[in-house]
Amino acid sequence: MRFYLQKVGFYVVAIWAAITINFVIPRLMPGNPVDVIISKMGAAGQTVTPQTRHAIEVALGGGSGPWWQQYGAYLANLAHGDLGVSLVAYPEKVSTVIGQALPWTIALVGLATVISFIIGIGLGTFAGWKRGSWLDNLIPVTTMFQAVPYFWLALILLLLLSRVVQWFPFAGGYDVNSGLMPGFSLQFVGSALYYGFLPALTIVLSSIGGWMLGMRNMMVSTLSEDYIVTAEAKGLKPSRVRMTYAARNAVLPSLSGFAISLGFVVAGSIVTEQVFSYPGIGQLLFSAVSNNDYALMQGVFLVISLSVLAANLVVDVLYGLIDPRTRAR
Amino acid sequence: MASTVALDDLEPAVAPSAKRSSLAALLPTMSPKLIVGLVIGAVIVLWAIVGPLVVGDPDAISTLAFAHPGTRGHLLGTTQTGQDVWSQIAWGTRGSLIIGFSVGVMATVLSALFGVLGAYIGGAVDEGFALFTNVVLVIPGLPLVIVIGNYVPQNSRGLFLVAVVLAITSWAGSARVLRAVTLSLRNRDYVSASRVSGERTWRILVVEILPNLIPVMASQFVFAIIFAILGEAGLSFLGLGASGTFTLGTILFQANQALALTQGAWWWFIPPGLVIALFGCALSLINFSIDEIINPKLRNSTRSQRKKWGLSPAQIKQLEAENLK
Repeated sequence: MRFYLQKVGFYVVAIWAAITINFVIPRLMPGNPVDVIISKMGAAGQTVTPQTRHAIEVALGGGSGPWWQQYGAYLANLAHGDLGVSLVAYPEKVSTVIGQALPWTIALVGLATVISFIIGIGLGTFAGWKRGSWLDNLIPVTTMFQAVPYFWLALILLLLLSRVVQWFPFAGGYDVNSGLMPGFSLQFVGSALYYGFLPALTIVLSSIGGWMLGMRNMMVSTLSEDYIVTAEAKGLKPSRVRMTYAARNAVLPSLSGFAISLGFVVAGSIVTEQVFSYPGIGQLLFSAVSNNDYALMQGVFLVISLSVLAANLVVDVLYGLIDPRTRAR
Repeated sequence: MASTVALDDLEPAVAPSAKRSSLAALLPTMSPKLIVGLVIGAVIVLWAIVGPLVVGDPDAISTLAFAHPGTRGHLLGTTQTGQDVWSQIAWGTRGSLIIGFSVGVMATVLSALFGVLGAYIGGAVDEGFALFTNVVLVIPGLPLVIVIGNYVPQNSRGLFLVAVVLAITSWAGSARVLRAVTLSLRNRDYVSASRVSGERTWRILVVEILPNLIPVMASQFVFAIIFAILGEAGLSFLGLGASGTFTLGTILFQANQALALTQGAWWWFIPPGLVIALFGCALSLINFSIDEIINPKLRNSTRSQRKKWGLSPAQIKQLEAENLK
């Protein structure tokens, strides 16, 4: 129980940190943040109405008063789920705009991460088991994919699979022209999977190498443990030694390193969505940035941070179930 | 795994590494991976230093838009406004590498500060540093960089500022690893001995503990460089990179803005990414070699390597059967 309380305590601190960073960053910049933003928008030729000013003030937690009052107002707004009004999609609320984009990204990043985790761990298991085999020699190749910028790989895939051979659509999240409405109809899901294939392939190709290398190295270390020798000496089948004795122990560091990896994948997918004009959070963040929509930008940052934190919390709790040693301490 | 093959009579074939001088013993052994990595890496670094001196002005425009590679002295073709892609890449490589190395240095210093110092002092300081590290670790980096980058006015967004922002978001993973290693080192007998003999804290840290961390930190430094180059490329691709300088990311940004993909101008966006990929690959190969020094178990014993030991075919077969179980 203490283990879970500690975990929950940590995530409370982390959530507070994410929320506070969001509050502090605009204030670290010289000058009144609201004025800075308004002058920037004016310079970009956007019309600044009193509503715009109000929207920015709400997003930043009230433009006037001492900082603790602003901080209080900001927290109160957050507690009500009020992230301000978006300028890009005026007069829509920021929370509504994010709510429309979030399922796309969660589906894309979630599915791609699960797929690459399973394939990567599987291949890593075999590469570590048979050191020096052809699969093991494949590892530098997959690591090269990791050193490739996500968005560049996306551009290459688009060039090859949508332009040279026209197998996949160029951009978008689903077939807009055929009059499909987002929902759980078979047609829509099929279309979304078809349009999401290339972005997902990009993420899987770029992230698989990390899982594979980590798992391979842990397999190699685990295989020299005494309990593996014992298992072999007992005459257990190699497949049983591999899966239940070696792989099960070797996979633990990959799981505990999930936080770092997920951060990379999210970062990569933000830029990837931009290439594919995928209607997700990354695209939204970009349009917020290029249109000086600060309320939307802050909201998107907060939602991304909270989603990553939530994913890590789930993995941490699962980790406690899989590895009893972490709970015992 | 103990080998049942008698290796005693093979001593001379294996021993030379022991004869190397003490300085050479510190350096990694030359494996094919390391050599390939070093060669590719060195060529790219040299090109970043020399390249900009020999190519023309990357901003010079001409009427020759979207020229194919090879047309009128343009080795890699031209951009939408007739700029020479080859010169742009020379300058871009330099910009990207400057970012990469400065972030590498800053992130390594930060991770050593939070990882090593906290773990050595222990107590509340350690708890505090560890909590801070873990919080920074779970907050996604690139969105944060994007938000910070957007608040900084365009004209004051220089190379150095981008490097600082990337460093702030990239040290935490390394610090966590360094903390774990330091925790196991600080209670070793020789560290206790030097503490009892009255050595100063900074001396224990620098002379007794730090040398043991160098392989780990070297690998983290190399990784931080890759991270920084990729992160900068992503940032520039979104139009939030350093202003007024060329990096490989800004070239890709301009190519994407000018719809190079739909125009079929592959020579504009493939080479910059390829340079990043090759450099990242070279650094990964170097990293593999460092990893194999830290953890010798990771070394492959492939068929070709076993042949070099001068074993008879029967012995090789026996070893292989053992290895594969």
